[in-house]
Amino acid sequence: MVDLSTTIGSLSLANPVMPASGTFSDELAQVIDLDRIGACVIKTITREFRAGNPTPRVAETGGGMLNSIGIPSKGLGDFLDRIVPVYRRIQAPLIASVSANTTADFAALCRDVSVDGVEAIEVNISCPNLEADGHAFAMRPDLTEEVITEIRKATTLPIWAKLTPNTGDIAGVARAAEAGGADAVVVANTILGMSIDLTTFRPSLGSGMGGFSGPAVKPILLRMAYQCSRAVSIPVIGCGGISTASDALEYIVAGCSAIQVGTATFVHPTAMITVLEGLEAFCRERGLARLMDIRGAVGAVGETAGDLPAQPVPAEAV
Amino acid sequence: MTLMPTQPEIPNASDRQFAVAERECAVISNDAVNAEYRMLVLSAPPVFTAAQPGQFFHLLCPRGGGEAPFFRRPMSVYRVDPDKGEVAFLYKVTGAGTESMAALRPGDGFNILGPLGIGFDLPDGIRHVLLLARGVGLATLAPLAQVVAARPDVRATAIFSARKPEFLMSVDYMAAHGVDVVGVTDSEGTSAVDRVESLMRDLLAGGNGVPPVDAIYTCGSNRLMRLAQKLAAERGIFGQVAMEQQMACGLGMCFCCVRDFNVGGDIVHRRVCCEGPVFDLQEAVSW
Ligand SMILES: Cc1cc2nc3c(=O)[nH]c(=O)nc-3n(C[C@H](O)[C@H](O)[C@H](O)COP(=O)(O)OP(=O)(O)OC[C@H]3O[C@@H](n4cnc5c(N)ncnc54)[C@H](O)[C@@H]3O)c2cc1C
Ligand SMILES: Cc1cc2nc3c(=O)[nH]c(=O)nc-3n(C[C@H](O)[C@H](O)[C@H](O)COP(=O)(O)O)c2cc1C
Ligand code: FES
Repeated sequence: MVDLSTTIGSLSLANPVMPASGTFSDELAQVIDLDRIGACVIKTITREFRAGNPTPRVAETGGGMLNSIGIPSKGLGDFLDRIVPVYRRIQAPLIASVSANTTADFAALCRDVSVDGVEAIEVNISCPNLEADGHAFAMRPDLTEEVITEIRKATTLPIWAKLTPNTGDIAGVARAAEAGGADAVVVANTILGMSIDLTTFRPSLGSGMGGFSGPAVKPILLRMAYQCSRAVSIPVIGCGGISTASDALEYIVAGCSAIQVGTATFVHPTAMITVLEGLEAFCRERGLARLMDIRGAVGAVGETAGDLPAQPVPAEAV
Repeated sequence: MTLMPTQPEIPNASDRQFAVAERECAVISNDAVNAEYRMLVLSAPPVFTAAQPGQFFHLLCPRGGGEAPFFRRPMSVYRVDPDKGEVAFLYKVTGAGTESMAALRPGDGFNILGPLGIGFDLPDGIRHVLLLARGVGLATLAPLAQVVAARPDVRATAIFSARKPEFLMSVDYMAAHGVDVVGVTDSEGTSAVDRVESLMRDLLAGGNGVPPVDAIYTCGSNRLMRLAQKLAAERGIFGQVAMEQQMACGLGMCFCCVRDFNVGGDIVHRRVCCEGPVFDLQEAVSW
C-alpha cells in the first residue's frame, strides 16, 4: 500500500490530487468517483449575482486555451443553500473559492462562507478578469499582505491564497501571503493572454483578453511553484498545465504538497483519476512508501538529488 | 507502465455505475454522404447506445496534418443501434476538427465522451409532430424518427431545408420510419420563410383525416426557429429547439457555452451542454 496522503496546514488529505477552481463541478460525478480525489475545490463565488463575460468565452491555442469566463456567480445564498449540501455527500473535503473587489468585502465573504461543511477557503486574489486591465491584489506583495491579514481576522478556517502569475515578484507575493497568515499558497492562476481572429480582426475572446492555461503553461507555472516553495515555509499547492502523473510529480519534486488539475479535465474528464493512479504506480515502481517523501527533492543546480533511487527498482523488489 | 499516456487509461468505471463515459471506440465506417456531409459509424458499448435523441457526444478529434485541435467537438447522436452496438454521427466538414474526423479510417480508434445533455421530450397526448430543420440541423432531429416510429399513435411530418436538393439527407431513412418529408431548397426557390410558413399553416390546420400538428421540433436555423416560435405561440402548442454553442468541457463545469434565454420576461444564461442542448422553444432567444 502506497501512502499518498498529504497535509495542508491543519487539513489532512487522502491524496494530493484536486481540481483547479473553475474547471470542476459536481456534474463530474457522472464520469468519475469524486470520493477518490483529495479535495473538491469549487468554482469561485462572489457575494452578489454576477452574469460573467460576453461570449465567445474560450478559444483554443497551441497546447492550451484562453478563457474569459469571468466569474458568473449565483451568489452567497446559492452557495450556502445548494452547493454546501451537495458536497456533504462527497467524502473529499469541500474547499470554497471566493473573490471580491475590496479588502473589506473579501474578509466579510470569507467570514460568511465559514460554515459547517467547508474545510478551507481558497481566496482567489488573482483573477485577471475582474478588475480593470487585469489588475489584481496578488500582483503586489503589499496588497496581498493587507487582504490576507484582514481575511485571517475574519475566519478560523484554513486560508489558501491563490496567486497570479501576472506579477514580476511571485516569491515576494507568496512571502506576503505567508506574513498575512495564509495557511497555503496555490501557484498559480492563468496567465493573461490574447489571440486574434484573422477573419474578423477582432480578439477571439468576447472580452478581448483572457487567461491562458493548459499543457503549454506548465514550464512557467512550475518555475513559479518552485520559486514559491523556496520562499515560504507554508505548503505550496501546484497548479498549471497538469494533465499526467509526470506533470504532477514535477510539481511535487519542485516542492508542492498537493496539485490541482484544471484544463486537462475539459479534454479528459477522467484526468484526475489518471493522475492519481499514475502517482501510485510511480511510487510502487520506485519503491517509495510515501509519495510526499519526494516533495522538494529537486536538486539545486550542480547538486545530486539525495539518496532517492534514480532508476526504477526491479518489479520483484517492490 | 508509462507515466505519459497520450490517451489516458480509462479508470475501471463500469458502464452501469456512470451515466457518462470516455471511451476509445473503433471506427466501422466513415463515408461521404454527399459533397459536404459525412457519416461516421463507431462500434459502441451500451453506455453509448443508451443515448437519447437530442443528446450529443464530445469527440476528441485526432491529430491531423498539424496540431490536434485542443478542445473536443460536440456532435449530436444521429443514430444508435443497441443490438449491433453502434452509434453514428452525421457531420459537415467545417474546420480543423471536422477535417481531422474526415480522415478517420475503419479500424482506427476514436475517443468519445457521452452521452451528454438533455434530449427531446415527446409528451403524452401529442398526435402529430413537425420536425423543422435546416442544414446539419436535421442530423439532430433525425433520431426522433425512431421515437415516433415506436409510438403508433403519433404521426410525423418533416420540413427539411437545404441549399441544394443533394444536401437533403436522411429522406429515405425518415420515410422508412413513417415520416412524411417535405424538402425545400434555396436552389429551387422553395425555402423562403413565407413559403415554409404557408406549408406549416396547412399542417397546423390539419384536415382530411390528418390531425393538426401539435408539437414542433426545430434545429439549425435562426429564421426557422423564429417562425416556429411565432406559429407555436399562436396555437399555444408544445415546441422544442436544439441549440449550438462552442463548448470546452461539455459537462457543465466551465460555463463557456451559455446562451441567453427568456424566462418569463427575464433574460437568463443557460449552459447549452447540460441545461440543453434541447430547450423550450418559446424560451430560446435568436442568435
Ligand atoms: C450540441 C451540438 C450538436 C452538434 N451536432 C452536430 C452534428 O450532428 N453535425 C455537425 O456537422 N455539426 C454539429 N454541431 C456543430 C459542430 O460541433 C461544429 O461544426 C464543430 O465543432 C466544428 O469544429 P471544427 O474544428 O471543424 O471547426 P472550427 O470552426 O475550426 O472550430 C473552432 C471552434 O469553434 C467551435 N464551433 C465551430 N462551429 C460550431 C458550432 N456550429 N457549434 C458549436 N461549436 C462550434 C468548435 O467546436 C471549436 O471550439 C453540433 C454542435 C453542438 C453544440
Ligand atoms: C475555464 C476556466 C475557468 C477558471 N475559473 C477560475 C475561477 O473561477 N477561479 C480561480 O481561482 N481560477 C480559475 N481558473 C484558473 C484555474 O483554476 C487554474 O489556476 C489555471 O487554469 C491553470 O491550471 P491548468 O493549466 O491546469 O488549467 C479557471 C480556468 C479555466 C480554464
Ligand atoms: S461546455 Fe463547459 S459548461 Fe458547457
